[in-house]
Amino acid sequence: MAASNPSVFLLTVNGNIEGANFPEYDNLYCKYCFVYGHDWAPTTGLEEGITQIASKSSQASHRLIWNFPLATTFKSTNPSGWPQLVVSVYGPDVFGNDVVRGYGATHIPFTPGQHTKTIPMFVPEPTWRLQKFTGWLTGRRPEYTDPKVVAQGEGREVTRVHSQGFVSVSFLIMTKDMKKMDYDTGPSGPANKPSATSGWSTEEQP
Amino acid sequence: MEALEDGEEDEREALKRHLRAERQKRKKRLLEQSSLQKSRDADDVKDVTSIQQYSADEGPSEKADDSVVLSKSRTGSQKVLCAPGLTSITQHTHHLDDFVKRRLEEKLKAARSKGESLQDKEASLEFPSRLHSLKDRDTVTRFDREADADRAGRRDSPSPLSTRVRFREAARQVGKGLPTAEEAFNFFTLNFDPDPPDVIETSSRRRQKQRKTTDEDEEHEDVDEDIQEENETQSEEAPLVQTQEDLFVIDQSPQDFLEIKKAEYVGYQKLLQRQSELLFTPSFRTVPTSIKLPENMKPRYLEDEGLYVGERPPVSLTNENILENRILKMEEGKKWFGDDGRIIALPNPIKESSTRPPLFHMEEALDPALQTVYRKAVKSKYANLYIAGGADPEGDYQLDVDVSGLIFSHHPLFSREHVLGARLAQLYDQYLTRQRNNLTGHLTDKLNGLRNALRNMLESHSGLNPTQALQQRISEYNLEVRNTRHLRDSEQEKDRTLLKNIVKVWKAIKALREFQKFTNTPYKLYLRRENVDRVSDEQDYEDEILAEVVELEAETEEEYQNKLAEYKKRLEEWKLCRKKQKAKKKKQKKKKKGQAQDDTEGEDEEQDVSESEGPTDEPPPKPEPPERPDLGSIEQWVREKTLRIRRKPGEAILIPELSASANITASELCPRAETARREDVARRSLFTKILYNDKEVSRTDSRSLNTDFRVHFGQIFNLKIVNCPQSISLQVFEEIGSSCSLLAQVFLPVPEPSVVTGSVPLEEFEFSSNQRVMFDHEGVGSDVPLSFEADGSNKQSLLTSGKVSCCVSWGIGDDDVPLAPPISQQPGGVHSGMGCLDAVSYIGASGLYDMKKIGEWARQSRLDPNDPKNASIMQLLKVASSGEVTAPEYFRLEHLQEEFNFVTDEELEKSGRFRLLKLRNQEVAEFRNYKFIPALEREVTDTVFQEYEKRLKEGEVIDTKEHLDSHRALVAKYLQKIRESVINRFLLAKHHYLLSDLVIEEEIPTIGILGINLFKLAEPKRPLKPQRKERKKVTAQNLSDGDIKLLVNIIRAYDIPVRRLQSNKPGQSSHSALQGSIGLLDQIQVRPFVEVSFQRTVLQTATADGPNPCWNEELQLPFSAPNGDYSTASLQSVKDEVFINIFDEVVHETVMNDKNRGKSIQTHIEKRWLGSVKIPFSTIYSQSKIDGTFKVNTPAVLLGYSKEKSHFTNSGFDILRSLSEGTFITLFITVDPQLVPGESVREKFDTQEDERLLQASERFERDAAQRYPERPCITTVIDLSGKTVFITRYIRPLSPPKELLDEFPNNPLEATPLVARFVSLIPSLPDQVSFSATCDLWSTCDQFLTLLAGDEEEHAVLLCNYFLSMGKKAWLIIGTAIPEGPTAYVLTLEQNLYLIWNPSSGQFYGQYDTFCPLQAVGCLVNPDNVWFNIQQYTSPMRVSFDISKAHLWKPFFSRTFSHPGLSSIQPEELVYRRTDRAAAAELQDRIERILKEKIMEWRPRQPTRWNRYCTTTLKQFLPKLELIRGQDVAEGHRHELQSLLGDYRISGFPLNLAFSEIRPIIEAVYSTGIHSVQASNVEFALAVYVHPYPNNVMSVWIYLASLVLT
Repeated sequence: MAASNPSVFLLTVNGNIEGANFPEYDNLYCKYCFVYGHDWAPTTGLEEGITQIASKSSQASHRLIWNFPLATTFKSTNPSGWPQLVVSVYGPDVFGNDVVRGYGATHIPFTPGQHTKTIPMFVPEPTWRLQKFTGWLTGRRPEYTDPKVVAQGEGREVTRVHSQGFVSVSFLIMTKDMKKMDYDTGPSGPANKPSATSGWSTEEQP
Repeated sequence: MEALEDGEEDEREALKRHLRAERQKRKKRLLEQSSLQKSRDADDVKDVTSIQQYSADEGPSEKADDSVVLSKSRTGSQKVLCAPGLTSITQHTHHLDDFVKRRLEEKLKAARSKGESLQDKEASLEFPSRLHSLKDRDTVTRFDREADADRAGRRDSPSPLSTRVRFREAARQVGKGLPTAEEAFNFFTLNFDPDPPDVIETSSRRRQKQRKTTDEDEEHEDVDEDIQEENETQSEEAPLVQTQEDLFVIDQSPQDFLEIKKAEYVGYQKLLQRQSELLFTPSFRTVPTSIKLPENMKPRYLEDEGLYVGERPPVSLTNENILENRILKMEEGKKWFGDDGRIIALPNPIKESSTRPPLFHMEEALDPALQTVYRKAVKSKYANLYIAGGADPEGDYQLDVDVSGLIFSHHPLFSREHVLGARLAQLYDQYLTRQRNNLTGHLTDKLNGLRNALRNMLESHSGLNPTQALQQRISEYNLEVRNTRHLRDSEQEKDRTLLKNIVKVWKAIKALREFQKFTNTPYKLYLRRENVDRVSDEQDYEDEILAEVVELEAETEEEYQNKLAEYKKRLEEWKLCRKKQKAKKKKQKKKKKGQAQDDTEGEDEEQDVSESEGPTDEPPPKPEPPERPDLGSIEQWVREKTLRIRRKPGEAILIPELSASANITASELCPRAETARREDVARRSLFTKILYNDKEVSRTDSRSLNTDFRVHFGQIFNLKIVNCPQSISLQVFEEIGSSCSLLAQVFLPVPEPSVVTGSVPLEEFEFSSNQRVMFDHEGVGSDVPLSFEADGSNKQSLLTSGKVSCCVSWGIGDDDVPLAPPISQQPGGVHSGMGCLDAVSYIGASGLYDMKKIGEWARQSRLDPNDPKNASIMQLLKVASSGEVTAPEYFRLEHLQEEFNFVTDEELEKSGRFRLLKLRNQEVAEFRNYKFIPALEREVTDTVFQEYEKRLKEGEVIDTKEHLDSHRALVAKYLQKIRESVINRFLLAKHHYLLSDLVIEEEIPTIGILGINLFKLAEPKRPLKPQRKERKKVTAQNLSDGDIKLLVNIIRAYDIPVRRLQSNKPGQSSHSALQGSIGLLDQIQVRPFVEVSFQRTVLQTATADGPNPCWNEELQLPFSAPNGDYSTASLQSVKDEVFINIFDEVVHETVMNDKNRGKSIQTHIEKRWLGSVKIPFSTIYSQSKIDGTFKVNTPAVLLGYSKEKSHFTNSGFDILRSLSEGTFITLFITVDPQLVPGESVREKFDTQEDERLLQASERFERDAAQRYPERPCITTVIDLSGKTVFITRYIRPLSPPKELLDEFPNNPLEATPLVARFVSLIPSLPDQVSFSATCDLWSTCDQFLTLLAGDEEEHAVLLCNYFLSMGKKAWLIIGTAIPEGPTAYVLTLEQNLYLIWNPSSGQFYGQYDTFCPLQAVGCLVNPDNVWFNIQQYTSPMRVSFDISKAHLWKPFFSRTFSHPGLSSIQPEELVYRRTDRAAAAELQDRIERILKEKIMEWRPRQPTRWNRYCTTTLKQFLPKLELIRGQDVAEGHRHELQSLLGDYRISGFPLNLAFSEIRPIIEAVYSTGIHSVQASNVEFALAVYVHPYPNNVMSVWIYLASLVLT
């Protein structure tokens, strides 16, 4: 079991990229990655992933379902640079070129328990209208140099974006040793009850 | 055939696959066939065979056409080829057919048991997509054709054209190699039978689907089967092609799971019946009215009854009927119908005609009344001042404004009497107020009380000595008594004056009434006399006077005593002064006598003198003794005063009473003027407007003006307010007839929320107006001088004025809640009430900063310390005064910051963790990407900071160890500092993002690009002479190790030194056979190859032959950035260089004779360094590609090699020797992917240049860039301190070191190359490396010589300046060169020939030299002007350097803008230090030692032996080499060396470097690869010579040689 005086705290993120709601597009897939600060490191699990291509159901709900599992554990010494989940959605356009359909980011919730996040997605806009047209023709829309750009605040003022749709992600969060290191993430839901049996309780009392 | 065997395996595999597919297909088809009649089978097969035969025949003999197919056929079945004859195969096929058929029949029997219908079902159950894919499947037909081809390969039979075409097509498809997507899909998805033997095995076995595992078996069978399959295929082909519908594929497996049922059929009638149960179709027949109405009701038509019924909206009858029918079906459907039995409908809302006035004549001008006028939207001042909750009806607020009335204290229509009357009333009011306050009485009582207390005190302590405290108290009392007395006196005086005035005015009124014989005002004053007891009154009076006199006497006495004391004191001083003066005089006299006193006394005296010096000069006047006050006069004065301010004793007290009981004379009795006035008064009426927030909200009724000039309104206005009250005001208007005029405006205060209606008295607000009004009747007017005196003096001007009595209060709601907004909503309310608010919050947070102020305020406002309300502020003051809290002397923006501080600053400083976090956040180099800062303080080790602290400390301390020379160390430190500051600036700039940093976007295609793209469509796909295309640039941020490659394309070289055959040496004679054979034919031979080393990665080309080899090879070298940091800043500071070394590959053979094995030849391959080119990475990075022919840096002497002499001789001029002498190499270097070079930090720099000049230069550069974008044009540069400087200021004749000129005192031409060499020996350091950002900094020559490091520009400027001082015509060339890119060269004019000097190498080239590295000339600079090249060409060969021609060179300063006489920023003279020879010698030793160590280090496996003899010999050569500057090597010393070392095979060369640091030297030695000689008996020689030039410029010579004993 963990030492009584831990030097790191752990954050386990389980969850699902459940699906998305892009009213205009179909046959989309989603890439995700985590962006975190200097004091963070993933210990297990995938840092990046790519989902299958999903098409919409013909039924009433026009949701794209991926149900792509996320399972990553981070260790950290410093809550600064708390991990963020960056998702970017791609899909074919009229001509079959793979183009980006949305970028979005959200912080991993820091209270233990279950959370569902709906991430609004956006894409960068072309600078000129002509570019919009040529981009549409050639299938090369403006893209971020790195999807991780959306997790940072710096330099965003130079871009213009267009909102696209939503991606919903559910998280199941566990933390370990945060209280011991005097980081109190505040009250959490009623589902979060300390359990004495496991070191991996949702949060231990110090 | 041999050639075809290549890739045989692949082909074979492919064929096998095809065969399997075929097999599978066949199987399926057979299944289908089985579903048909069995009897047909035989026929079918026959058909097939016949067709097969036919197709086989038509199989064309296109062997030559398609070798691929041929190969397929061959490789696919090699055994077939071995078969005796092709025809026999056909026979065999027949035989096999029968065999297979039989077996299939068996199998089909089993399959048939499943039943026909089942098969049908299954077929229909197949996925449509699969069906489709199979139908159109290429593979099927293709394979068939291939099978054709197979046979075609074997059968030589004539063929129809059609098949040939088909065949070709098939061949082409095969030729494609890769299967199409569909093929691939089919291949993977089709349920192929994986086991070939299954086909020929029994069907039962096939069901088991077990694969054979033994390879051998399979192989054998495979082959056999192949044959069989093929034949089968052929047999099956015909029906397959003809009937494609038969290609339905049925997997067997679904049959097992699906249950098939007959489709259920429902009859049409039944269906209709069922539908009718569910569906309701309303009929469109009219519903009878009776159904729609309640039972027993007759329809009632309102219209007929005379009531108005609107027109119903038009609905078609059918629709209405349908609707009615539908509604009736519903529950409670009848409620939708009206009394008349029709559906209830609202009247048609559509109006017949437009209600809008039509606008005709659109073109003409509109009716001005209809013209729309634009008014700018004005934001309401109160828009954002809404009271919260004011909008909803519950939360509204109500202000009650009660306007009771108004009284004029003056009105223009006042008659004189009125004026006086008003005055009287005013005075009387005053009197009443005073009377009510009765201040005099209060003060008198207080005075008496004080006196009594004082008396008591004195009495009770009369016997005793008054204590200090008592005396204090007595004096305090005295003071208090005095103050009170003064106050009382003044009050009494006022009272008395008031009374007198009242009487006076009343008398005036009476006189006036008497005079004008009528009465206008009802005022009447009575004076009530109140008699007093004369005796007691007198007694009091006298007592009072006495007391006052006594007190005054005491006071005067005290004052006198004080003065006397003062006088005495001063007198004393004066006397002392006198005394001293006298003493001094005496002493001076004594001094004059020259009598020396003893020391101490003397000093004392001196001090005395100095002390009394001031007074001595001006003796103080003798103070006057104060006069003794005259006590008698005091009484006199008191009496006089009392008489003045107080009634006489015994005099009755007069109490005035004003009443309005007098009769006003009727108008008829008055004179005309008065009547006119009265009429005028009667005509006037008044009203008031109530303005809330400057908006009129209400107004009172108009009331006529009474004769007493009082107006009573008595109206209460309830204002429901939404906005915050800002101002409430009343405007008084006077109405005469129909016109009204504003008299005055009265502002009313906004009431506090506690002020509610009913609890407030009416208040009077004064108003006045400065309007000037005059009348011709009795009215006095306003602002008109008026006199009441008989003589007209003492004029007064009276202004219209009066009082409005009104009150403003908040209304009370039904539940007794004041309808006032909360206090916070009221901007005015905050400061209104002290009592209801906390004192501290009243002062506001701002008060907290200034304790002094708060104290002051508390004292002034006389806060009651005992009031609990003030407790907090008293507490605060107490603390403040006790000194614990000192008032801050500063202003703090965030005064609450301290509360929010996480920890105190000290703690923050102390904590290692916080420090670490802070440093990382600041992006300090050591911590920029520090990972995992520990969570706990104790885990932060001090070692983390050690390096950082060391660096901080080292700021001043110079580490001489790393640098061989203390001066260099100093320079290095300085450069480091500049670099850091620039990097910091760059880091800052890095946080400014551009769109291109974040978003990748296609650029807009311009017309030009589109055109080019269109043109490109027509271009050949693979042109014969491909051109390099511009690649996409990659931003550096998302790169990682291994992503970047350095591509070095080595094309060819010229004039490589060739081996000198030493035939007399036995060791050399044994060349390899190949060499030898050519060597016999040709004397000179060299086998050069190129080795490129970069970041310790070494790659080499193949070996070529001859002195002019052609390699044409591309080498890829991986690039890794320092610390994996691929940011632009980091890449720019990469100091690594690409070394391109040319080696000669020498092969030695040694013959070994071994008794056991016989003769063996051992070959040694040795590489010998011939020369090198080095290109800094920074250059490649900033240029993105380097393309051209470079001069190879060859050593001056290459032992064992000689140059092929060029056979042409140059013109007579001595120094113009052909410089094409030398080795050249053609290279192309680039970085893949192309990196974006750092943008220059374009900032506006400070400058001292004239604004006009700067503008001109900007214009000049802009013009140049517009017309010739490729040509560099520089007019202003940035100096080391970051200031913009005009370029000509850098050019100024500066004399080179004297030593250099002294070398050739007679021949200045000889000195020129020496000077150039001196300049070139100053180490070169690109700005990109030193300053990270691409801002080009120019240092002046003295800075350059001090730093001993600089860019090409600095070298060029220095060289140009030297040349100018040597009397040459010299210019600075701003141009582009390879490999430097944009750079600066020097141009000189020597005997009508232009020479181009490369300042960093010291080389010079003629203008027409082909190998001149300068590629383009942009502009020329000399001290006076800048010329821009406006010729057609830029290449120096095609450029005319005649700057006087204006059409070739555009001057900066011309007649229109003349040279303003810019002074140079260069120093007057350069000061050179002689370099210490001893230091040079020491450096030499150090370098030698280090190099020897390094070479031994690089040879870890072999011993390194040093040949001392050779070393000493080499050492002797080096100074000579320096003397001749490495040129024109005397052949002599080589011979000398060879004769000395006869037994050795020697190869070696001298290296010459400018000294900057040890590292480049080591790199250079390493790159020659001399250490890599593997021979066991090798010996080395190393000699180092450092030649000192002035000013610490050093030339380092390293002679390296390897010796092999032969």
